Amino acid sequence: MKKLKSIVSLMAASALLAGTIAGCGGNANGGAAGADTASDAQGTESAGGVFKIGAIGPLTGGAAAYGNAVCNAAELAVAEINAAGGINGYQVEYSKEDDELNAEKSVNAYNTLKDWGMQVLVGSTTSACSIAVSEYTKEDNMFQITPSGSAVDCVKYDNVFRVCFSDPNQGIASAQYINDHNLATKVGIIYDSSDVYSSGIYQKFVEESNGKNYEVVSAEAFTADNNTDFSVQLQKAKDAGADLVFLPIYYKDASLILTQADTMGYKPVFFGVDGMDGILTVENFDTSLAEGLMLLTPFAADATDDLTVNFVKNYQEKYGEVPNQFAADAYDAVFIIKQAIEAKGLTPDTSTSDICEALKSAMTEIEASGLTSAKMSWEANGEPNKEPKAVVIKDGAYVSAD
Amino acid sequence: MNKKRMQDQLITYGIVIAAYIIMEILILTGNLSSHMKGLLVPMTYYAVIAVALNLCVGILGELSIGHCGFMCIGAFFSAFFSKVTENMLPTPIRFFLAFVVGIAFAALFGFLIGIPVLRLRGDYLAIVTLAFGEIIKNVINAIYLGVDANGLHMSLKNSMELGLLPEGEIIVNGAMGITGTPHDSNFTIAVIVLLISLFVVQNLINSRDGRAIMAVRDNSIAAEATGINVTGYKMMAFTISAAIAGAAGVLFSHNITSLTAASQYFGYNASIMILVYVVLGGIGNIRGSVIAAVILYMLPELLRGLNNYRMLIYAIVLIVMMIFNWSPNVIIFRKMILSKFKKRR
Repeated sequence: MKKLKSIVSLMAASALLAGTIAGCGGNANGGAAGADTASDAQGTESAGGVFKIGAIGPLTGGAAAYGNAVCNAAELAVAEINAAGGINGYQVEYSKEDDELNAEKSVNAYNTLKDWGMQVLVGSTTSACSIAVSEYTKEDNMFQITPSGSAVDCVKYDNVFRVCFSDPNQGIASAQYINDHNLATKVGIIYDSSDVYSSGIYQKFVEESNGKNYEVVSAEAFTADNNTDFSVQLQKAKDAGADLVFLPIYYKDASLILTQADTMGYKPVFFGVDGMDGILTVENFDTSLAEGLMLLTPFAADATDDLTVNFVKNYQEKYGEVPNQFAADAYDAVFIIKQAIEAKGLTPDTSTSDICEALKSAMTEIEASGLTSAKMSWEANGEPNKEPKAVVIKDGAYVSAD
Repeated sequence: MNKKRMQDQLITYGIVIAAYIIMEILILTGNLSSHMKGLLVPMTYYAVIAVALNLCVGILGELSIGHCGFMCIGAFFSAFFSKVTENMLPTPIRFFLAFVVGIAFAALFGFLIGIPVLRLRGDYLAIVTLAFGEIIKNVINAIYLGVDANGLHMSLKNSMELGLLPEGEIIVNGAMGITGTPHDSNFTIAVIVLLISLFVVQNLINSRDGRAIMAVRDNSIAAEATGINVTGYKMMAFTISAAIAGAAGVLFSHNITSLTAASQYFGYNASIMILVYVVLGGIGNIRGSVIAAVILYMLPELLRGLNNYRMLIYAIVLIVMMIFNWSPNVIIFRKMILSKFKKRR
């Protein structure tokens, strides 16, 4: 009993200590950047004429590749903007926070950034996190642009815009592309039913396939818990006679599917969406298997236009890897913010809420050009208008399919 | 002894209420960062589920490593209820009913699982709850539920097969889960839920039933010999534990607007994390689990400034806490120090 008591009292003491530390932290933050409603004016005072842009993504864990791509690319874009003289002559400060692919942590990350004095949010990287965070940005009236949150509900509120295509758009575009180019008569689908992105595209693709010149003959699901053996799904597609297999999934699983299809001697056309980008960089993957793989993606790292070449070179120099589509979206997002702020002639001492209002109207007026599309414009509902590009893998490189 | 127990209970409530008052004052005076404000509700519902698990592991003595499964049940049933009745009922009544629904279903599932498993002796509950947690996650990932003028539609294949009318609404959309649950949870309600669950568990422990449950834990043969209905008491404790976990789920789903049955919230690792709270707070020590849950949830968040090193530090803190709490040498050392203090006084 005594032992218990001593533990308890120690725990209580440390809890109190933690409480006071937290309180102090709150104090310090309140003074520096402002945490409350009255803080907007205060926050900008101490910021001293700097725009503060924050980014959120999974920097650790299984999805770290995506979060790091987004946060690194945003960092790169900010560095380039600052080197070129900033936005409207004001420098930009940048901070990133980890959300571990957890919506709860994403909200915590958002609150941390808010304490830091963030005025515009680039994030969250993933859909579910982005939706959770948008609830709070709406409350605070903070402008949010998600580079890669593709679920429909991500842009439910009018203060949220996105750079990437929405899931339904990708499903519709894929169905139309397959139809228009007479790629198949029978289509098999393998998708990840535990993934928001994958099942979102799948649903819309099947809906859109009604009345097209092909038929969907098999639709097989897997989940994040059993994504190592795809022989059953492939066998079903093969038995159904599918001559094209649609893979609305991420490249890691797709590389396994391609390898296993090859072992089975099954050689249909494989068709992917933007999550497929990156398949050539998978370790221990025989890239010759990806030969002939088609994918709809807004970004290909080996495009030859100046913007892409420079971006890829700088990114590689700084972070030592080839940027993927997530990075491109985030890079664009920062430049879109820059363009929108410049369009309205905003200064950093504008309150966060006023910046949001101004950017909301600016977004529907500007026409941006970036890595992921030469021409992007936005509806007030937050959806981008841009053309999907189809690429095909030939000789281990992306080549435009048209 | 009775008085001492009473005192012990009151200290627990006191700590919770004091923490609540301190936080409220900090909020009102504008001294709390929004980061901390955002942590308050999650912290509290993890404390609630830690209390629930401690009832199961510490008092009943049965290991459950799928408690997040019950949280998942509570979260989804209550979020579903809230979405359906969002425009029909005023918020306080709806949120109260959401609690009733979430708790009732979590308790029901706890009861159903208990029927076959709690008759057995050994670690079977651990195995079954582990499986249950995973199964419930996968089942919810496969369910599509929609509502329109004709009533409820359900499908296990995809949302197109629901056959909804154009104005119908898909509520549970497979892996996409439930989005747009009203944001009803707040710190006050969360603390009230924590206090109620503490009240339930602590009074249970000190009641006749509680003593019977602990007798079953300590020696089930002896307990049975004295006429205690072993299975019955096990069922009772386990069902209550599941129900409280369900309440934590209700708070969870009404705090985060995008609810998905993903492993980072309801999977095996999440359940183990709760178990870590319970073990480090002291098995069977209800107050300990509340404090451990609060500290261990807050720690990685407060260490955000250290970027990825926070994972490392978190692990080290876990190990240090473990040694500090349970290593025999440290316990002797601690007693020595403590007795010195007492002498001085």
